[in-house]
Amino acid sequence: MDLRFSPEEESFRQEVRTFLTDRLRGEFAELSGRGGPGDEHELFERRVVWERMLGQAGWACIGWPKEYGGRGASLTEQVIFYEEYARARAPGRLGHIGEGLLGPTLIAFGTEAQRRRFLPPIVRCEELWCQGYSEPNAGSDLANVQTRAELVSGEWIITGQKVWTSLAARADWCFALCRTDPAAPKHKGLSYLLVPMRQKGIDVRPIAQMNGGSEFSEVFFDGARTAADNVVGEINGGWRVAMGTLAFERGASTLGQQFGFENELDQIVALAKSNGAAQDPILRDRLAQARIGLTVMRLNALRTLSLMQDGELRREAMIAKIYWATWHRDLGKLAMDVLGAASEIGESEPYGLTSLQRMFLFARADTIYAGSNQIQRNIIAERALGLPPEPRSGKGGG
Amino acid sequence: MHFAFTEEQEELRRNARRFLETASSTAGVRAAMATASGYDENVWNRLGQELGFTSLAIPESYGGAGLGFVELSAVMEEMGRALLCSPFFATVCLAANAVLVGGTEEQKAELLPAIASGRTTAAAALLPPSGRWDAVGSGVVYVPRGSGYELTGTSSFVIDGHTARWLVVAARPAAEVAGRGPSLFLVSADTPGLRRRPLPTMDMTRKQAELKLHEVELPSSALLGAADSGESTLARVLDLAKVALAAEQVGGAEHCLDMSVEYAKTRVQFGRPIGSFQAIKHKLADMFVLVESARSASYYAAWTAAHSDEELPAAAALAKAYCSEAYFKVAAECIQIHGGVGFTWEHDAHLFFKRAKSSEILFGDAAYHRAVVARQMGL
Repeated sequence: MDLRFSPEEESFRQEVRTFLTDRLRGEFAELSGRGGPGDEHELFERRVVWERMLGQAGWACIGWPKEYGGRGASLTEQVIFYEEYARARAPGRLGHIGEGLLGPTLIAFGTEAQRRRFLPPIVRCEELWCQGYSEPNAGSDLANVQTRAELVSGEWIITGQKVWTSLAARADWCFALCRTDPAAPKHKGLSYLLVPMRQKGIDVRPIAQMNGGSEFSEVFFDGARTAADNVVGEINGGWRVAMGTLAFERGASTLGQQFGFENELDQIVALAKSNGAAQDPILRDRLAQARIGLTVMRLNALRTLSLMQDGELRREAMIAKIYWATWHRDLGKLAMDVLGAASEIGESEPYGLTSLQRMFLFARADTIYAGSNQIQRNIIAERALGLPPEPRSGKGGG
Repeated sequence: MHFAFTEEQEELRRNARRFLETASSTAGVRAAMATASGYDENVWNRLGQELGFTSLAIPESYGGAGLGFVELSAVMEEMGRALLCSPFFATVCLAANAVLVGGTEEQKAELLPAIASGRTTAAAALLPPSGRWDAVGSGVVYVPRGSGYELTGTSSFVIDGHTARWLVVAARPAAEVAGRGPSLFLVSADTPGLRRRPLPTMDMTRKQAELKLHEVELPSSALLGAADSGESTLARVLDLAKVALAAEQVGGAEHCLDMSVEYAKTRVQFGRPIGSFQAIKHKLADMFVLVESARSASYYAAWTAAHSDEELPAAAALAKAYCSEAYFKVAAECIQIHGGVGFTWEHDAHLFFKRAKSSEILFGDAAYHRAVVARQMGL
């Protein structure tokens, strides 16, 4: 057991820190701390420029193999990079869906031609991606997807509706889970398709959220088309690919976010000291609890990372999503309680909220998206603890 | 960076588990807890003389194995899992560290080899009858007498204090001198004027005693280390003890989780194993999150105990706060999931539940340690 980073890892950290500090001091200073959940559409065009700069400088998709434009960085280096990225208050990533979800999926399940076509434009931030999974009747029950895709003279024709799609209005491409065999049992008739977003068969309608923003959209497919070879994995074998993507979503790409959380907690602690809330014994207890919880979150991540380096993604990794989501939701409430009366007052009309207000409200989504807390508990119970599955109605899809 | 046990550390843990499965079986625990001493002399002898667990964190120059607190924590985790009834914690995780941290060369040379080889037992008498951890040593006063000292007063809640052959006693100066903290004294159990009384404990697996000292005369060599060094010695000794206890808590919590999972898979109601109901499944998932997170906290604390004096106070407070709550919650849910059978004397759930409570309170509960963390945060 050794919690120290090696001299090589420390020098890698220094390299990342120097690079980010230099860039954020100069022309990109206005982007500091912007973007990310609850602030996703802010300064969008400038952030595209930022991401292109990252790609050119070799600091996008660093975990990917070099041949696809990555850096071949080790897991430890990726964690160091994400940590430094958040610590530097660099802007929320736009390419994270391509980098964190689609890229690893193509590397694991795609064809060589698909990798060569789709990976380099993600690194260069020339193509943004969105995820077409959830539907009005397929939320936690994802396998109940109803959006249909049919092969007609060498093209997939897609009809149906997706919902809760982040960045849909900005994305160039969508990876969508579609039903391609309505007669098969519901997990066995799905395919994982890559669909261009800018075509007349697709209509994107933003959803107004409780925080006043519209990060999420509804996406309507009405005869939308994509080429026959834009299917990842086998036709009707999309469920396995989609589950692979979800594993990436719950895995390495979330390990660095804790430094962003730390910035938020530091801000709340500073507020409690300045407005007197720190005198309240119950708030002191909750602030200490938040600090302990955050440290434990980092320790959990480091332990998972070490086990992954030993070649295992073990059951311990399954606690990450429910842990951080629940902690962050509690932090949002704590922020408001520390602010007291001031928690009600926003920044501007119409409904321009402060960053802590946005965090408080958006954190309600944290425990829902990417597998709600209830689904996480089912996953832990059934896959980590081996408990029997809930009896389900096994009726077919379609 | 490698935040996991090495192969050697895993091997040590497996050895401990193998040994304790038979040495501290359910029947063994129940037999030991029913005795006046509270432990099985034979198991204690084997722990020290055969397995060398008593020597793990003691330097080689004092007859120890010269390993460290990570190794000690690995073994403590297994002892918690097996609910071992033993003077190990009081002797190795408390008293030995007091001598190691605060003792003179002579004191270390006298006591540590005996502890390392398992030939003696020791305990730490710290609390006044009020039981408050912010008043350590206030139950006993000392005055200079001749070239030595005389101690009078009461020290209570002494873990395994009724059987220990050596006692590390915290005492305060009789004459009120502002700002003077406690000093520590090494007292042999057969010293005239010392009377010991076992206390009836709710957690029968960890015995406690009350010590009455009446004009106990000690030579100057009984003072542990230099005069007035008690405060800083105690701070580190208590931090190390909390780290060891946190490991024990993790082991106990994991055993409660394992028992509960096993029961939920086999107990059938409404024609289904109860573990197929989400009401039970979700409890077990939450318990798993608590156990694994507590493990992270405990390993971190063990690592700082071995490698970072600077981080230890924060890590010890964090681990004690987190693992105390985790163990209690998991042990409580273990009873709930077992239903009626979990409420019976025959089932082990109550033994773990009671140990969870006694170790939550020991050295201060979670709220006490969150207050420590709050001060460290500058709040």
